[in-house]
Amino acid sequence: MSKYSPEEKVKIARNPGRPGTADFIDALFTDFFEQRGDRLSREDGSILGGIARFHGRPVTVIGHRKGKNLEENLRCNFGMPGPEGYRKAQRLMKQAEKFGRPIITFVDTPGAYPGKEAEERGQGEAIAQCLALMSSLTVPVIAVVTGEGGSGGALALAVANRVLMLEHAVYSVLSPEGFASILWKDSSRSGEACEVMKLTAQDLRRGGIVQGVLREPEGGAHNDWQATFRTVDAALRKELAGLDKLKGPALAQQRYQMFRAMGQGLPPAGKEEP
Amino acid sequence: MNGLFRQRRDRLLTYQAMREGKLTPSRRIACPACGAESTALDWNRNYQVCPKCGHHNPVEAYYRLSMILDPGSFQELEEKLSPADPLEFPGYPQKLKALEEDTGLRDAAVAAVGMVEDHKAVFVVLDSRFLMGSMGTAVGEKVTRAAEYAEKRKLPLVIFAASGGARMQEGIFSLMQMAKTAAAIRHFQDRGGLYISCLTHPTTGGVTASFASLGDIMLAEPGALIGFAGPRVIEQTIGEKLPEGFQRSEYLLDHGFLDQIVPRDQWRSVLGRLLALHEKGGRA
Repeated sequence: MSKYSPEEKVKIARNPGRPGTADFIDALFTDFFEQRGDRLSREDGSILGGIARFHGRPVTVIGHRKGKNLEENLRCNFGMPGPEGYRKAQRLMKQAEKFGRPIITFVDTPGAYPGKEAEERGQGEAIAQCLALMSSLTVPVIAVVTGEGGSGGALALAVANRVLMLEHAVYSVLSPEGFASILWKDSSRSGEACEVMKLTAQDLRRGGIVQGVLREPEGGAHNDWQATFRTVDAALRKELAGLDKLKGPALAQQRYQMFRAMGQGLPPAGKEEP
Repeated sequence: MNGLFRQRRDRLLTYQAMREGKLTPSRRIACPACGAESTALDWNRNYQVCPKCGHHNPVEAYYRLSMILDPGSFQELEEKLSPADPLEFPGYPQKLKALEEDTGLRDAAVAAVGMVEDHKAVFVVLDSRFLMGSMGTAVGEKVTRAAEYAEKRKLPLVIFAASGGARMQEGIFSLMQMAKTAAAIRHFQDRGGLYISCLTHPTTGGVTASFASLGDIMLAEPGALIGFAGPRVIEQTIGEKLPEGFQRSEYLLDHGFLDQIVPRDQWRSVLGRLLALHEKGGRA
C-alpha cells in the first residue's frame, strides 16, 4: 500500500514544482518545433504541442501547460484549455496521422475552462470531437498523466492505446472540490471526496482505467526531475516498441476495444433481439 | 391521413394518462416559466408545453417515444441493462433502487427500435428523473450498444439527450463513458451511419462533451439549457452574472452549434422528413 493517502496524493499531484509538459518535452525530446493556433480563431497557450524527435524518431507531442510563474500561469490560464486548445490538439493529431507520426500526450489539468467565451465557442463540442478523433487514429497514441487529470478536459488528450500515470498523479471525473460540491453541496468536504473517488494511479490501475503506473522518486516527482524523466523515457520507449507491432487499423481497433470494455461488466447483458 | 392518426394518438395518450391516474383533467397547473395556470388536460394535449408561453417542461423517456414513434412500432432494446456500483459508493445502490421504484426505469436511458412515418431507426432517450439523466456505466453502455445495433442493422440512430453530465457516484468509470460513447458514435458514423442528436433541457457536462455534440444533424428543443459547464460554475469562475438566454438553444443556434430548433409537437414530422432524406440508413 502507498504511504500517502489519496488526499495527500492530490496535494503532491498539484505541487507546482513537479515537471510539466514543457519540462518533459525539453528533457525527453529533441528538435521540438512548436505548432500554435487552431486555424479558426486563436492560439490557446494552455495546450502546448508540436513535432519533435523521440530517440531520433519524429513524433507529435501535445500536453496541458500550466506555467511556472504567475505571468506564465495567466498566459496558460492555469492549464485550463478552451475549445481553441482542443481544436489545436485535433489539428496536430490529424497531422500526425497524415504523416504517420506516433502521438505522445502529457495530461495535467484541473479541467477544461468553465468560462463564458469557452461556452460560446463550443467547449463541449471541442472536447467531444477530440474524443471521437482520438478513438479512430491509426497511429500509436500514448498518454501520460503527470499531475492532475481533471475531468473531460483531461480525457480529451487521453484516449490512447496506453494510458500511463505517474505514481502520485490523480485522474478523476471532477476535482475533489467539485465532486464534494455537487454531491454534498459542500466543497470543503473534498478530503472525504478523495477517499471515495478512487482517483489514485494505483486504484485506476486496478480498475483497468490505466495500463501502467510509473514510479516517482521519494516524496514525489518534484524532488528529482532527472529520475522522473528517466522513468518516463524508459516507459515511453517500451510502450512505443510494443505498439509498433500493430499496424494502422489495428491500433484504432485496440484503442476502441480498450475503452469499449470500460464499465461493460454489467449484469445482466440483455440478449433479446427484436 | 397522418394528421388524423396523430389526433387519434394524442387522444389515446391523454386517455391513457387519465386512466393511470396521472391526469386529473380539471386540475390547474402553473407554468414554471410564466406562472400562468392551465388545466392538466391542456398541458397534456400540448405535450407538456405551456399553452400560454410555450415553455417546454421536461418529459419522461417513454412519453417522448410514444409521441414520436408510429403506433405499435415500439420495441425496447437492452431493457434489462442495469447500473453497476464500481466505486462501491456509500448509499448509491439504495438510491438506485429507490429511483427504480419511483420511475420504473433501471437507469436514465431507454433504448428502442421503432418507426417514424414508416422509417425505421434506433432511438435512445435520456430521462432526467433518474439522477438528472446523468451518465454512468449503464447509460454509456446503452448508448454504445444502441450505436452498435444501429451499425449492424444499417439503421439511423436518433438520441434525445437530457442530462446533468457524468454521474459522480460512478466516478472515473462515468468519465470513461464519454470516451466509449464518442468512440462508438464515430465508429458508426465512419461506416456511413446517420446520427441525429436531439438536445433537450438540460444537456450539460460530460454528455454535451461526448455523444450529444457529435450528431451529423444537431437539433434542440426551444429554450433548453445546453452547455459544458453549468451556469452556476461559470458565474463563480468569472465573477459576473451571465446574460439572459446564455447557453439556451437559441443562443447555440446563433453561435453555429445547431442546425435547427424543433418545437415539441414537430419532432415527429421533422424526424420523419430527415429519415426519408437518408433512406437506406444514410448510405447512398
